[in-house]
Amino acid sequence: MATPIIDAPRSGKIDVKYNRSKGGKGSFEMVAWLFMRLSGVVLVVLIFGHLFVNLMVGDGVHAIDFGFVAGKWASPFWQIWDLLMLWLAMLHGTNGVRTIINDYAERNGTRMALKTVLYVATVVIIVLGTLVIFTFDPCPAGAVTDLPSFCTAR
Amino acid sequence: MWSWVGHRITGVVIFFFLLVHVLDTSLVRVSPEAYNAVIGTYKNPIMGLGEAGLVAAIVFHAFNGLRIIAIDFWKKGNKYQAQLLWAVLILWVVAMVPFLIRQLSIVFGGN
Ligand code: HEM
Repeated sequence: MATPIIDAPRSGKIDVKYNRSKGGKGSFEMVAWLFMRLSGVVLVVLIFGHLFVNLMVGDGVHAIDFGFVAGKWASPFWQIWDLLMLWLAMLHGTNGVRTIINDYAERNGTRMALKTVLYVATVVIIVLGTLVIFTFDPCPAGAVTDLPSFCTAR
Repeated sequence: MWSWVGHRITGVVIFFFLLVHVLDTSLVRVSPEAYNAVIGTYKNPIMGLGEAGLVAAIVFHAFNGLRIIAIDFWKKGNKYQAQLLWAVLILWVVAMVPFLIRQLSIVFGGN
C-alpha cells in the first residue's frame, strides 16, 4: 500500500503569483504565534480544571443542570475562571482557524468570505458568553424548578 | 507529520464544539427550564460517547500543544521531538483511562 502524501501548506504547490500581501504584517504574525503558545499553556490549566470539576467530581455529567451551573457562577472564582477560559479559547481557536483558512483557501475572495464569517461568529460568541457570565442570576424570579439550595432564602 | 494532522483536526473540532457549547450554556440566561430541557437531551449514551470523543480530542490537542511549545522553546526540543510524541501518547492514555471509567460507568451505569 502506498503511503499517502499530504503536501505541507505553502510547500510550493501554490504558484508564487498567488503569494499574498508582501510584508508589513511581520509583527502581527509574531504576536499571534506567541499568543498561541502562551494561551495554550494557560488553557491547559483552565480546561483540565473545568473538565475535572464538571465530569469527574461528584456525579459527573449527569449532575449538570441549572442548579449546578448556578451554584458555580454564584462564586466570583468560577466567573473569572470561565471568563478567562472563554476569551482565551475563542481567541486561540479563532487564530488557529484563521491560519487554516489562509493555508487552504487559495482564492482571495474565498479567503475573505470565510474569515469574515469566522470573525463575526467569534465576536458574537465572546460578547454573548461574557454577557451571560456577568448578567446571570442564580435565583431568577418566577422560576420554581431546580434552583440551587441557597435560593430558598428568598 | 501525522501529529500535525491530528493537532489541526482536533483544533477545528474543538473550536466548532466551543461555539455550540457557549450557545447551549447561554440558555441559563433564558430560564432554568430551557437550560435543563436542552441539557436533558444530551443525557443519553450517544451523547455520552460523543462527550468522551471530545475529551479525547481535547486531551490530545492539549498534550501535543505542550509538545509543540517544548519543541519551539526548549533547546533540545527538536532532538527529542519523537520521544516527546511518545510522551504525549502515554500521557493521553494515562488521562483517558480514569476518565473513561468514570464517564462510561455514569453513562451506561444508569445511576
Ligand atoms: C488545552 C490547551 C491547548 C493547548 C496547549 C493548545 C496549543 C496549541 C498550539 C501550540 C498550537 C500551534 C499554534 C501554531 O502552530 O502557531 C495550536 C493550534 C491550534 N489550536 Fe490549540 N491549544 C489548546 C486548546 C485549544 C482549544 C480549546 C481550541 C479550540 C477552541 C484550539 C484550537 C486550535 C486550532 C484551530 C489550532 C490551529 C491548528 C493549525 O494551525 O494546524 N486549541 N494549539
